[in-house]
Amino acid sequence: MGRLFAVVVSLIALISAAIFALHTWWLPVDISTHGSRIDRQLNETMIVAGILFVAAQLALAAFVWRFGERGGTRATWPIKVFPGGATPMVVIATVLVGIEILVLTFVGSKVWASVYQSEAAPGALQIDVLAEQFAFYFRYAGADGKFGVIHPEKMSDADQNFFGLDPASDTTARDDIVVATLVIPADQPVALRLHTKDVGHSFYVREVRIQQDFVPGMVIPLHFTATTPGKYELVCTQLCGLGHYNMRAYVEVKSPTDFAQWLKEQAPAF
Amino acid sequence: MSISVLPPMRTSPPPPAVATEPRGGDGRGQVARTGVWIGIGAISMTFAALTSALVVRASGAPDWHHLHLPALLYVNTLVLLGSSITVEIGRRRRAVSGLSLTIVLGGLFVVGQVFAWRQLITQQVAGPSAAFFYVLTVLHAAHVLGGMTGLVYVQHRMRTGVVSMVPYQAAALYWHFMAILWLYLLTLLTIRG
Amino acid sequence: MSEHTGGYERATAAKIAELKHPPPQSFLRRHVFSIDHKVIGRQYLDLALVAVFTGMVLSWLMRLHLGWPDAPIPGLGKIAPAGAAGGVMTPEYYLALMTMHGTIMVFFVLTTAPFAGFGNFVLPIHVGAEDMAFPRINMMSFWVTLVAFLVLIAAFFVGDQPPLSGWTAYAPLSAVGKDAGPGQGWGQTLWGISIAIFCIAQLLGALNFIATTLDLRTKGMSLMRMPMATWAWFITAVIALVAFAVLMPACILLILDRVAGTSFFIPGGLVISDQLQPHTGGSPLLWQHLFWFFGHPEVYIAILPGFGIVSQILPVFARKPLLGPKVFIGCLAAIGFLSYTVWGHHMFLSGMNPFSATLFSVPTLIITIPAAIVTLLWIGTIYGARLRFTSASLFALGFVSVFVSGGISGFFLAQPSTDIYLHGTYFVVAHFHFVMGVAAMFGIFAGTYFWFPKMFGRMMNETLGKWHFWLTFIGVYCIFMPMHYLGLAGNVRRYSAFTDDFLQPLIPLHRFITIAALFTGAVQLVFLYNLIRSRLRGPKAPDNPWEATTLEWSTSSPPPHDNFGGRRPVVTHGPDEYGVAASGGRDYTMQAGS
Repeated sequence: MGRLFAVVVSLIALISAAIFALHTWWLPVDISTHGSRIDRQLNETMIVAGILFVAAQLALAAFVWRFGERGGTRATWPIKVFPGGATPMVVIATVLVGIEILVLTFVGSKVWASVYQSEAAPGALQIDVLAEQFAFYFRYAGADGKFGVIHPEKMSDADQNFFGLDPASDTTARDDIVVATLVIPADQPVALRLHTKDVGHSFYVREVRIQQDFVPGMVIPLHFTATTPGKYELVCTQLCGLGHYNMRAYVEVKSPTDFAQWLKEQAPAF
Repeated sequence: MSISVLPPMRTSPPPPAVATEPRGGDGRGQVARTGVWIGIGAISMTFAALTSALVVRASGAPDWHHLHLPALLYVNTLVLLGSSITVEIGRRRRAVSGLSLTIVLGGLFVVGQVFAWRQLITQQVAGPSAAFFYVLTVLHAAHVLGGMTGLVYVQHRMRTGVVSMVPYQAAALYWHFMAILWLYLLTLLTIRG
Repeated sequence: MSEHTGGYERATAAKIAELKHPPPQSFLRRHVFSIDHKVIGRQYLDLALVAVFTGMVLSWLMRLHLGWPDAPIPGLGKIAPAGAAGGVMTPEYYLALMTMHGTIMVFFVLTTAPFAGFGNFVLPIHVGAEDMAFPRINMMSFWVTLVAFLVLIAAFFVGDQPPLSGWTAYAPLSAVGKDAGPGQGWGQTLWGISIAIFCIAQLLGALNFIATTLDLRTKGMSLMRMPMATWAWFITAVIALVAFAVLMPACILLILDRVAGTSFFIPGGLVISDQLQPHTGGSPLLWQHLFWFFGHPEVYIAILPGFGIVSQILPVFARKPLLGPKVFIGCLAAIGFLSYTVWGHHMFLSGMNPFSATLFSVPTLIITIPAAIVTLLWIGTIYGARLRFTSASLFALGFVSVFVSGGISGFFLAQPSTDIYLHGTYFVVAHFHFVMGVAAMFGIFAGTYFWFPKMFGRMMNETLGKWHFWLTFIGVYCIFMPMHYLGLAGNVRRYSAFTDDFLQPLIPLHRFITIAALFTGAVQLVFLYNLIRSRLRGPKAPDNPWEATTLEWSTSSPPPHDNFGGRRPVVTHGPDEYGVAASGGRDYTMQAGS
């Protein structure tokens, strides 16, 4: 039975690892300037974790194979202690995992900091994002370059006033552009401000390697630069109610000239 | 690497007879005290969590207004501190009467708290600081009531002939903790509430 | 052993015994409202058994829906006419099933079975006591747990929908009430009440575990002679005492936000269903902090008893001592301590200060060191063994394998940088199901096969047990390993259907997982059959069927009411005296001599 266990464990470990290694299912192509660093971090973690995974499973399999009783007879061979006792285990675990942790933390925290602890570039395109059950809306400042003030009491889906703007008394709100697709120029930094009008949501675009929660009562900044024109899916990853599975929007990355053209064609909200 | 073998085959000593001595050795006699200490740990953690919630909630919230505590609370405080003294005197004198007096004072404290809540309710005091006030004081009062149950139990046990002082000590310990916890809450609500 | 100064002055020992532990007479006192820790332990396990099959059926329904969203599930339309008219479930009903599955499994299975269930039955015997320190409180703890379970189940049947905010119940979705959509009425309130009650029950339980371990150890049972399982339960109890003491007030605040109009977790200016909410100033992140301060240690509450059970069982069947017992205990303590410093890793992307992500990442990675040491100690214990294969030892070995699989994926989620991509995907689902779901369940299975003879005086069927192991072992890998692949492809979790374009190519993989889940679930019926049949008709168990050393094996199967028949064991040996030359040609020495 020990041999069977060893074979099953080895097969499980090797097949699982092979599917990872062959990238049978893998991340979509990255289209952001920062994403390659995340991918590299993930790949390095995958290699180290993969080795540890296979090594631990095979060691388990090998020992069970070697030291398991066979047939119906009681084993009589002398019992042995692992060479050196527990000390080598402590040393192996501390050194191997410790080095791994140091490397991952050192490199990984730089990657993290480059995305989340940095300011958006000064000339970044400012876009307001509003999440609600179960849709995303995006707001561009319009010709005056200023966003109208948000008034929660004026928010209304029925009147299509998603951001709760007050164009009657707020002149900066009148030329704000509100759309349901996030259109951004390629190779140009964009700075988003994430608002939610009801419950928690999240902003997740796989190809951009970006994810950030919307938190009620907070405005959360997020910035990135997309590189490749195309149409990508933005989905909600924070459970927000019955329509959560269907809460999505598209991100359209356009060449800078196409983007300028698109922006020109957009009618102000009011 | 050398492969070491387990310590040389040794013969185990003859099986010692299973003792027939009475139960009650080891720490058996002091479980009540241990239990109260563990309980104090858990209760402290609960109020620590609420304290941190209060601090987080109060910081940067525009709707936070200081709550003026009803003066009745200070009377209640004296009653509770008095009960702490009676239970301590009772414990030292091994007197059941100390328990009875403490139970009465504890009941008075809870009644006083109820009057303080009613006072606030009639004044229609609302807002986050009031909410924290209610949560903290009601939870504390619930723990005081739990302590009173314990005191009644100890009283009952002492009257029915079990004369161990450990449950008495344990109950007194818990009761002192209730007083200390109350002083802490009063301070917290005065400074941050 | 030091002499205590308290004690029972002037009372005779016989009098104490009579007051302390009267043998129950009536049926009700013996089997229902029993203060006997053995009965209470079995009651906890029975509750967990009901809960685990409930949770499993919920997961079947969810998996069926994910694989074939439009296909009606036979019979479901009758059970839930509102949630699944015609057998096709609505999105909100899916989320309700998911919420109930998570809550039932985490609280009423993974906490009650390995910790409260086995701990209750075994711990007092392990330390040589005749019962828990506070038997009445112990009984109360079980019945309060049962009330919590019934309150949670009641949420299925209240007029509104059952709760759907997930087992994490993030505010404000869970706090604002009916405006937020179905499932936010009474169902969610009952959820909060149930969890608050559950916390009280577990606090009472943890108090008993700690006091019993500290005070009721028999003569000669020094801390270092305590069996590993009892060490694990003891440390788990300390973790639980702190964790549930924090979740309880958090639930109270959540309930007040729902029913009393307070704003602990609800900020101002929220517009839900076009209604401006009458709340101001609350903090949604406060709920997340309080919840995860409990929530992460809860993972260890679920898994550490499994550590202990495996470390107890492996030496018995390897016929040699556990490698490095002191190191092992140190690792348990380190994990227990570190578990309170890592909760923020659930919140990297929550909007908290990004700098603190790095701070939380470091202890999260460091906690893998004691976990890795423990794993190596198990593998090292097998080295040089005379390994015997029983259902119990197979599940213990399987535990090591699935724990490695679940632990390794933690490396990806512990780092904020890789978590950016993997957070909220099936990668997370795979990770926690392996490490706290499957691994803990393997610990429960191992414990069941191991202690069943002691609990019921009858042996389980080993052939069925081994089939159960092989099919379950392969089955769980077929279910949960592919979820990593889904996560890498960006498959978001907590979706009731996959309508997004990019998810369409992943549907076949989902169907594979569904079939594997149905198959593995069906295999559990073999276990259930074995359990019931052995309880009624299994062959009589000897006192010590596994040739083990700890105290429960020195008494009869099942043990008498006071565990040792009016006598008190005196411990003369450590728990792992295997591979020695003892009298009578045996290769082990019992902790209490004979």
